[in-house]
Amino acid sequence: MPASQVAIHKKAVKSSFESKESQWSSRIINLFFCALSILFIIPLLLVISISFTDEKTLLQSGYHLIPEKFSLEAYSLIFKSPGVLLNAYGITILVTVIGTVVGLFLTSLTAYTISRKDYRYRRIMTLYVFFTTLFSGGLVPFYIMITQYLHLKDTIWALIVPYLLNPFYILVMKGFMDKTPMEVIESGKIDGASEWRIFFIIVLPLTLPALVTIGLFISFQYWNDWWLGLLFIDNQHLIPLQLMLYRVMSTIEYLSNNISSVNVSVDMTQFPSLSARMAMAVLAAGPMMIVFPMLQRFFVSGLTVGSVKG
Amino acid sequence: MLKNEWRHFKRNRDLFVMSLPAIVYKLFLNYLPMIGLIIAFKQYRYDLGVFGSEWVGLKNFEFFFSSDTAFIVTRNTILYNLAFIVLTMVIALTFAILLNEISRKWIKVHQTVLFLPYFLSWVVVGYVVLAFLDHKNGFLNVILGMFGEEAIKWYEQAKYWPVIIIITQLWKSVGFSTLIYYAGLLSIDSSYYEAAKIDGANRWDMIRKITIPLLTPLIVILFIVDIGKIFRADFGLFYFIPNDSSFLYSTTDVIDTYVYRSLRVVGDIGMSTAIGLYQSVVGFIMVLLANWIVKKINSDNALW
Repeated sequence: MPASQVAIHKKAVKSSFESKESQWSSRIINLFFCALSILFIIPLLLVISISFTDEKTLLQSGYHLIPEKFSLEAYSLIFKSPGVLLNAYGITILVTVIGTVVGLFLTSLTAYTISRKDYRYRRIMTLYVFFTTLFSGGLVPFYIMITQYLHLKDTIWALIVPYLLNPFYILVMKGFMDKTPMEVIESGKIDGASEWRIFFIIVLPLTLPALVTIGLFISFQYWNDWWLGLLFIDNQHLIPLQLMLYRVMSTIEYLSNNISSVNVSVDMTQFPSLSARMAMAVLAAGPMMIVFPMLQRFFVSGLTVGSVKG
Repeated sequence: MLKNEWRHFKRNRDLFVMSLPAIVYKLFLNYLPMIGLIIAFKQYRYDLGVFGSEWVGLKNFEFFFSSDTAFIVTRNTILYNLAFIVLTMVIALTFAILLNEISRKWIKVHQTVLFLPYFLSWVVVGYVVLAFLDHKNGFLNVILGMFGEEAIKWYEQAKYWPVIIIITQLWKSVGFSTLIYYAGLLSIDSSYYEAAKIDGANRWDMIRKITIPLLTPLIVILFIVDIGKIFRADFGLFYFIPNDSSFLYSTTDVIDTYVYRSLRVVGDIGMSTAIGLYQSVVGFIMVLLANWIVKKINSDNALW
């Protein structure tokens, strides 16, 4: 049944339920979700509110959901010397772009070979790829491999290479590609097209929805990653966004703890650390909080295929 | 024989070349490191390398398992994961079924809002939690102050953390799981419900007799996957949310954070590898076991 038909069908079923009683229950459930939504949003509001509150007010009366005294001080402080933030953004964008393009290519290539029913090494290849999700060497051998043998420590590649090929994404992609009719590939072969040509000209365009979904997953993973940075990056200029945020948090913690313990007379109110760190979080997470939810439906379409038994 | 195989290979050559990048990649990032697991039985020294270092038998394991930490981190890891699996499943399934009862345009709004925290990294969530729990200024202590209660040093009191960790995890991930179940719900053929309606079934009957049974394969698959990961904790959650505060280790330290600290802070390579091996082996057994049990109950639902 085509999607539009299903929708009409569903609607018909829904309307047949619409007795008085069910309308009421539906309303109550809706109210419940509204309350829940507010609960879910409050933590985000709190962070935003702190970032817009005057530092002195924060120190005197603590954090509130609505700024007691509105101030842009924190943001202007960050924008006065945006170098660190911009550099981190640059690194993260670079890593995300390269990682997504290369990762997407490798993922679809691998998924394609194991989706080809006539490929002789299909089963062993599938096992080879998915066994790694069941058993792994753990953190230390991986760490030693990257640092001692591949010599990627403190290079941008340390932030990219480890996430290039995720078995789960291969599985999802294979699920899409399984739907490509064998006849299409056969006809390409008869026309004398090479395997590469078939892959690029015939198969990839057919799997465009999957490419979008998986591309989104991959870029999301790169964008939000701090793990690889934490493990492999010491170089100040290569710090990605999320790691920078973590460092800001621990540095401010460190500074404020030490200032109070050594009793140096630094007026903490002059240095908007409380609001500035929240402003930093808003600036780092904000843009993606708007972009990713807009692409929500692609996340969902990927998941439904991924959960199909493969 | 060999000649035959060579002929087959030639026919599959192009496809094989296409799988070559994945073969090489997995070899270097997954399979060769498995050889590195022998470090678990060695006294690792950087200058001697993986193969040159001296064998020490089971000493690394003895050292770990004879400490209290082994028990604490294993217990924490398993209990938290069990709590996450059960709570996420129950709550997300309930949310998904309830969402299905309200009008379309609202579903979209609620879904988006519940999904929102999923897009935050654990580092950012760490900031969010700090906004609530900061000793001097935190929102919770402000509220406690309003009621004339004493402020609590959240980052020094281990007893509160199981609740904090679980709430944080649910806040971040329940929207995502709800979405998975909701997508599963939508794929159920509506004719089942029509038939049930004609037979005079009420909503609760339909949920019990149609929705849940038809969602069972999905629930089971997610369950097996989760059980397989029961020995792996979400590092970000347990590292950034408690802010790596050593006061809290008794209730927040898990295998993954312990391995990380042993590697990066203490520098005990041998023991970190040993714990990693322990984690991998037990995890592997757990997946096989979970799949075997599912197969016994209903072979259609098994993963393989």
